[in-house]
Amino acid sequence: MTGHHDPAGGDDPTGSTGSGRGGGAGAPGKAGPDPSAWSCPLPSRAPGTVVMGHGSGGAMTSELIEQVFLPALGRPAGPLGDSAVLDLPSRQGGRLAFTTDAHVVQPLFFPGGCIGDLAVNGTVNDLAMAGAGPLALSCAFVLEEGTDLAVVDRVARAIGQAARAAGVPVVTGDTKVVQAGRGDGLYVTTAGVGLVPAGVGPRPDRVLPGDVVLLSGPIGAHGIAVLSVREGMDFVTDLRSDTAPLAGLVRAVLRADPDVHALRDPTRGGFAAVLNEIAAASGVGVEIEDTAVPVPEQVGAVCSFLGLDPWCVANEGRLVAFVREDRARGVLAAMRAHPAGSGAVAVGRCTGQDPGLVVARSAYGSTRIVDLPAGEQLPRIC
Amino acid sequence: MRYLTEFRDPRALRALVEDIRATVTRPWAIMEVCGGQTHAILRYGLDQMLPEGVELIHGPGCPVCVTPLETIDRALAIASLPQVTFCSFGDMLRVPGSDGDLARVRAAGGDVRVVYSPLDAVELARRTPDRQVVFFAIGFETTAPANAMAVHLARATGLRNFTVLVSHMRVPPVVDAVMPAPGCRVQGFLAAGHVCSVMGTGEYHGPARRHRVPIVVTGFEPLDLLEGIRRTVRQLEAGRHEVENAYPRAVPDHGNPAARAMLEEVFGTTDRTWRGIGPIRDSGWGLSAAYREFDAEARFDVAGIRADEPAGCRAGEVLQGRLSPPDCPAFATACTPRTPLGATMVSGEGACAAHFRYRRTGTAGRSRDAVNR
Amino acid sequence: MCLAVPAKVLQIEDTGPTRMARVDIGGVTQRVSLAYLPQVGPGEYVIVHVGFAIQRLDEDAALRSLETFAQMAGARERHR
Repeated sequence: MTGHHDPAGGDDPTGSTGSGRGGGAGAPGKAGPDPSAWSCPLPSRAPGTVVMGHGSGGAMTSELIEQVFLPALGRPAGPLGDSAVLDLPSRQGGRLAFTTDAHVVQPLFFPGGCIGDLAVNGTVNDLAMAGAGPLALSCAFVLEEGTDLAVVDRVARAIGQAARAAGVPVVTGDTKVVQAGRGDGLYVTTAGVGLVPAGVGPRPDRVLPGDVVLLSGPIGAHGIAVLSVREGMDFVTDLRSDTAPLAGLVRAVLRADPDVHALRDPTRGGFAAVLNEIAAASGVGVEIEDTAVPVPEQVGAVCSFLGLDPWCVANEGRLVAFVREDRARGVLAAMRAHPAGSGAVAVGRCTGQDPGLVVARSAYGSTRIVDLPAGEQLPRIC
Repeated sequence: MRYLTEFRDPRALRALVEDIRATVTRPWAIMEVCGGQTHAILRYGLDQMLPEGVELIHGPGCPVCVTPLETIDRALAIASLPQVTFCSFGDMLRVPGSDGDLARVRAAGGDVRVVYSPLDAVELARRTPDRQVVFFAIGFETTAPANAMAVHLARATGLRNFTVLVSHMRVPPVVDAVMPAPGCRVQGFLAAGHVCSVMGTGEYHGPARRHRVPIVVTGFEPLDLLEGIRRTVRQLEAGRHEVENAYPRAVPDHGNPAARAMLEEVFGTTDRTWRGIGPIRDSGWGLSAAYREFDAEARFDVAGIRADEPAGCRAGEVLQGRLSPPDCPAFATACTPRTPLGATMVSGEGACAAHFRYRRTGTAGRSRDAVNR
Repeated sequence: MCLAVPAKVLQIEDTGPTRMARVDIGGVTQRVSLAYLPQVGPGEYVIVHVGFAIQRLDEDAALRSLETFAQMAGARERHR
């Protein structure tokens, strides 16, 4: 059941505490920052834990919607229906962009944000990479029985705050409950629709030889921040997730160059994955200057003792732009002038040689091939 | 970062390359026996900077490449047992056994955990007394002291649910195994610096003398690696075959006595079979008699270990520097990083994987003119 | 076998199963075991591998190596 600006579906909204699932501060008793300081600090109005009854669509479901989801995500003007119905903005030309994401991050809370921030920003950013301004989001939860309802509340509030910060309403949603042991606490699936203005169409296959590669800021912080609070990882950093909505940054890029060839956000698989995907889709070679790619010192340090590659670490608030050579300076200046792009740099260019191949040039002038990451990056000893 | 950035200085690097260039009068083949060094060489493209004729051969210095197939199969069998929590370093998760790897065991419901330190596995055993925690103790001498401490602590605290599956390898016997093999082209060795941080440099005098090869203890940063190569080339040109220490800041000649003492207590040398090479005498460590109760091989009687190497895999010859990967019939056809036949294609540092990555450039990764401008 | 990094010892802690230390690696703090380096104290540098400090870093030796490299670089530049 949904309506304008209504977030919850017809499912069981109970959340009750008990197992403490999803607290996400790493191993119990681990010294370190207080996780409740990372995300929404307001006290929860919802004591108790999630039970199966919360998914049944009856009174307990309504209670969860009223007590948790509507206050967090915004109460609609009219009654709650089965679908949100949106007025289409009247704009000449333009096309609809549509995207969806599933979010399963562990732990749920980490320095700089939580699964809720990733859910909203991830979807807003997927729309932005198509050149679209976000119109509306949906948000569906799968809750594990036994999950602390305070956790559900915190995540919902984070989603609400992130959505307001991104300037997009959450207009529809759903909640299901699964038995204990089947759900990692909480999963979130989001979908988003957006509007791509006429004359705008960044796509992975539009990049040409000669295009300049621009990166909006330092890489690696998100992945390492999450890793730092995972079970079994006993190191302490100041790193915080870079999770952020990029719609505003993309608008600034498009003002400087409506015809930007490609935009990608380096999430899973990191910077290396984006370069390889574009190189393959567009049939161009890519050459990156090692020393131009900004990696925060602490990201480099953690990667050095775990044997990880910073270029393969996930980011949640960065973008890579592939821009015609004669537009590059203007786009870079526009990015730097925007708060989400203040650290933007040019890192390389595309070539007509060796299509699909990504190489990096070291400070010494030697080159190495940058592969598509094989799978999960694992800490190594060798 | 201190002790790192200084050893990456481009000016000094160019000077080292020039010195090597000025010294070389004939081709030389130098083997480095450490996956970490191979990784650094590829990462910084150091082999591209060397003059024509100085060839680096990637030796059997990576636990991923050389842990015997039988051990991998045993690990997979133990990890599949329902009462077992199997802890391993991340390196081993995708090493193929006869049928599958640890990642597949995990996907099938096995409790397989990646740990950063062996102490994490001990702590896990302490916290979950109802589980049998098995730690995959692989690695060379650099890692052995940490693994030894884990077993030592388990014994000291009376842990009944902790065992280790040991597959430790020692580096010095590798020289003895590689040199006499027919077709061996190796003329000098870079000894792994961090192995020597633990063991010291003494163990290499015998092999250097026996096989008349220079052995230079080398570090891992670009300047360290080039310095190690430079000193090896100098010795080769002068007809010397000595043990030299090019990594003195981290390698005292006597190594780490406390670590060596623990190794002697917990382990004893044993013959080991190196995947792709075969048995090498005294080339490994196994648990000493006093610690036998912590041996996972004894506690878990897993039957039916087949250890079938895929037909057509010639990783052994590659590991010894006798076969160049592109010359292997299976290279890039039946054997690719996604469908590896042997460990040298699985490991990112393996010679076969490295060549696979570079084959598309048509230059085998050597753009020699790059640095010397 | 060899992924080991330089770290600066910040403070000693006797809270773990072995003598432990808080060390700094490029701004990141980690707890490592000093079981194999009983003499090492705060302010010194060590090499860390899988949560263990396995060797002291000898600053004099490091400076001597760097000095050699610097001389080579200087000599090269003088000849250009």
